[in-house]
Amino acid sequence: MTAGPATLDAPSACRRAGAGLRGIETVATADMERTERLALMRSGELGSVHSWELVTAVDGPGTRLTVFLNGCPLRCRYCHNPDTLAMKDGEPVLADELLARVGRYRGVFAATGGGLTLSGGEVLMQPAFAARVLRGAKELGVHTCLDTSGFLGANATDAMLADTDLVLLDIKAGDEETYRRTTGRSLAPTLRFGRRLAELGVKVWVRFVLVPGLTDDPRNVERVADHAAEIEAERPGTVERVEVLPFHQMARDKWAELGRTYELADTPPPTPAATEAVREVFRARGLTTY
Amino acid sequence: MTDDAAPTTTTAWAGFTPGSWCDGIDVRDFIQRNYTPYEGDAAFLAGPTARTTGVWAKLSAMFPEERAKGVHDVDPHTPAGITAHGPGYIDADAELVVGLQTDAPLKRAIMPNGGWRMVAGALKTYGYPVDEDLEKVFTTYRKTHNQGVFDVYPPSVRAARSSHLITGLPDAYGRGRIIGDYRRVALYGVDRLIEAKRHDKLVLDTEPFSEKVAREREEHAEQLRALAELKEMAASYGHDISGPATTAREAVQWLYFGFLAAVKEQNGAAMSLGRTSTFLDVYLERDLRAGLLDESQAQELMDDFVIKLRIVRFLRTPEYDALFSGDPTWVTETIGGMGDDGRPLVTKNSFRMLQTLYNLGPAPEPNMTVFWSDRLPRGFKDFCARVSIDTSAVQYESDDEIRPAWGDDAGIACCVSPMAIGKQMQFFGARVNLAKALLYAINGGRDEVTGKQVSPAFPAVSPGLPLDYDDVRARFDRTMDWLAATYVEALNCIHWSHDKYAYERIEMALHDKDVLRTMACGIAGLAVAADSLSAVRYATVTPVFDERGVVVDYETEGDWPAYGNDDDRVDAIAVELVESFMAKVRSHPTYRDAVPTQSVLTITSNVVYGKATGNTPDGRRAGEPFSPGANPMNGRDTHGMLASALSVAKLPYGEAQDGISLTNTVVPAGLGRTRGEQVANLVGLLDASFGAGGYHMNVNVLVRETLTDAMEHPEKYPQLTIRVSGYAVNFVRLTREQQLDVLSRTFHGEL
Repeated sequence: MTAGPATLDAPSACRRAGAGLRGIETVATADMERTERLALMRSGELGSVHSWELVTAVDGPGTRLTVFLNGCPLRCRYCHNPDTLAMKDGEPVLADELLARVGRYRGVFAATGGGLTLSGGEVLMQPAFAARVLRGAKELGVHTCLDTSGFLGANATDAMLADTDLVLLDIKAGDEETYRRTTGRSLAPTLRFGRRLAELGVKVWVRFVLVPGLTDDPRNVERVADHAAEIEAERPGTVERVEVLPFHQMARDKWAELGRTYELADTPPPTPAATEAVREVFRARGLTTY
Repeated sequence: MTDDAAPTTTTAWAGFTPGSWCDGIDVRDFIQRNYTPYEGDAAFLAGPTARTTGVWAKLSAMFPEERAKGVHDVDPHTPAGITAHGPGYIDADAELVVGLQTDAPLKRAIMPNGGWRMVAGALKTYGYPVDEDLEKVFTTYRKTHNQGVFDVYPPSVRAARSSHLITGLPDAYGRGRIIGDYRRVALYGVDRLIEAKRHDKLVLDTEPFSEKVAREREEHAEQLRALAELKEMAASYGHDISGPATTAREAVQWLYFGFLAAVKEQNGAAMSLGRTSTFLDVYLERDLRAGLLDESQAQELMDDFVIKLRIVRFLRTPEYDALFSGDPTWVTETIGGMGDDGRPLVTKNSFRMLQTLYNLGPAPEPNMTVFWSDRLPRGFKDFCARVSIDTSAVQYESDDEIRPAWGDDAGIACCVSPMAIGKQMQFFGARVNLAKALLYAINGGRDEVTGKQVSPAFPAVSPGLPLDYDDVRARFDRTMDWLAATYVEALNCIHWSHDKYAYERIEMALHDKDVLRTMACGIAGLAVAADSLSAVRYATVTPVFDERGVVVDYETEGDWPAYGNDDDRVDAIAVELVESFMAKVRSHPTYRDAVPTQSVLTITSNVVYGKATGNTPDGRRAGEPFSPGANPMNGRDTHGMLASALSVAKLPYGEAQDGISLTNTVVPAGLGRTRGEQVANLVGLLDASFGAGGYHMNVNVLVRETLTDAMEHPEKYPQLTIRVSGYAVNFVRLTREQQLDVLSRTFHGEL
């Protein structure tokens, strides 16, 4: 797969994944032809959704409705949501149904300074659905945020980004070799997307997951920090903050449940001191870092 | 300052704006005309003085031994009363506010009017002698509340009680949840209160005899006696409180004497303080303006007052502690809120009351309760959030639900029970186990544990067939009809007897003549019942019978929506259960025409109720704890803390006017990266939750590791405070079982 248009894969209707979508009506697509479902997905009316959550302080400012979409082109070795990798594993949800929930929480967003965050998986695997939801959210006056690796940044149209207030841009590694080793893909599209966000004036929070033995090489850390600083240099004020996220082992069980081999089963989380030292590398470049 | 003749009202009230409060007993009117709202931030606050730290250190040194033994000391020979014990001090030279329940700090009194068995049991537990003469008095000559109740309980009540369907009833201990308006002592002095009560009694004397009139005449006579004893007790400390307080220090002292008289005499399950800090602010402001006090001295007075409130102690049995663990006294103080006229009732002294949690360190008592409204001043909201993040010692209740129902001078008794101060009281009714009642419905009234027929018999569900929602709901309805009737019967018996044998003389002396009484019923296990019905409705649930023909387990196939995820399909079931049980309670006549209400609150008894309840259709295993209060079941609220709160917010306050309790635990990182972000996000969460119709929120900001470490090394965490359903406890004083229950709960934001 390249960073071109995403391949859509319709979710099967019979599977009910966990407790993830409580309160959101899923579509009974059993009687629908696969081609019909794909048509709905291409138009952005139907999405493959894993779950939703109301969270505070982790997916952007305030308290947010974070919606996890299914499907991802990357194969990060530390992936903490491996159950969102395949688009066919998601639940079929209509954009209007999702927007009804966004509307329901307008009061919450106003009280908390929050909004909607689309996450995944990789949101840009379903660009038409994402664009439609973002547009709808803006029409409701809701702050919007995209949580993405940027690998499929080319899928995001300028119109879609005009409806995006903030991008949580996950820079998973600083050089092509480490990036490929970590994700199986190329770094360049992410950096292109970062520059484009700066040009378009979209605010960015850069994220970097610190994984001992995988992404913690000082040279790699320096390069990631350089990339973040370059985006900031493109248009000062773009990178509002950097979040260094220490690797955790909470996903180990998910990998096991999915019957997949988890290569990081024995990787320890980084020490608080190591995490803090990495944050200093970003701060040394004038970036507000947590 | 103390032995002079009583000051006249002209000097005591100098500088106050007069109004109807001068002519009759009306504390609210005094507050409204005289208080100074404070819209600023916390920058003005002062830290502890060396004196404060010294007094607190002296007490703190006594706590480890008390924790180890269960009690520090007991006076086993002197039945408690307002004047039963001579004066006692922590450090007579250093104390600014004086008065202890007995003649020494942490020494507990016996209070036999509630029941002798409770007293004797507690004395034996802690290794104190049971006084033979007293035993004879209270088992032969002087009837107790406990004996009175059991003389009038019908067999149906006894059966429901012993099968743990109706639990925690105040039939062997003081009912509590009555708040005397202790502010009246400071504002008017005791002589004026006696005069007013004499007048009320004269009115009663003119009415022709009826049981009601005779009872009220007798109660007024008791109230007058108690007021005289209050003066006598204060005099033993060298204070003449016959006239009104003339200074802030006297106002705190007078008010505290009123409260002290109550806790000297009554071992109520909750002995709440009321809404005192903004009242006291009027006196503090007057003295600050006159240059009689500076901020540090004002804070010091509040610190010393709070030290006293922290050491209220009652002698209780281990069984009682299993229900309400951690030795709670629920000295609940209501802070903040809005006035009917739109001005916030927040004063500098609202801040000072919370500041005691920094100056003395966190503690569960007094039970700091903030009436939250999105209209509260930003500075106060931020300070509350900061205190919550630092201490986990604050609970929040909805000012916008309480004020329209009970006025802007209401306070919380115990955890979530609102009442107009000095004008309203409740007949505390503990709660019924709704989850167990559902199992009775399935089993035709037989107990799923013992197999005994408890409620009237009807056919159980049919073997081999999945449960049918409409059938189960109809059975449940029928069971709840019987349960509500039996429950109200029990409460009528209890309060009839309590009024007779353990009347709260001093607390009621600090009420108006005509008070509004509520019959405060309650339900436990709401989440289990709602989830079980959801499973029956949305999945396939097949009952499993044992050899006795009793359904003891369930096989469930398929997925069902769980309460706590803002999913209307199941939340509507919870709402409907609350409405339906309330309607059934309302259909029964109550003692003294009390207005029926109910709470959705368990305190820590969710563990005990769970223990007494078999497997439930939601997959909960026999003996597993319920969730506390109105909380969703642990781990089933998978869509975040606010989604969980929004489900609970759907429960209609109008159908649960005694309060709906929600406890949330969030890890600090779940609120934000910086302190400023954490404060702003917690304020936002409170605004959002109450804005959606939420009634109550306990907020714990804690990481799991702190609690596990505290279980292993309690000595390192003497002041670790955690909020459980409606109150706060020292975590290290919980039973191990309850500690594990707290740990099993959802920590929101945990990664």
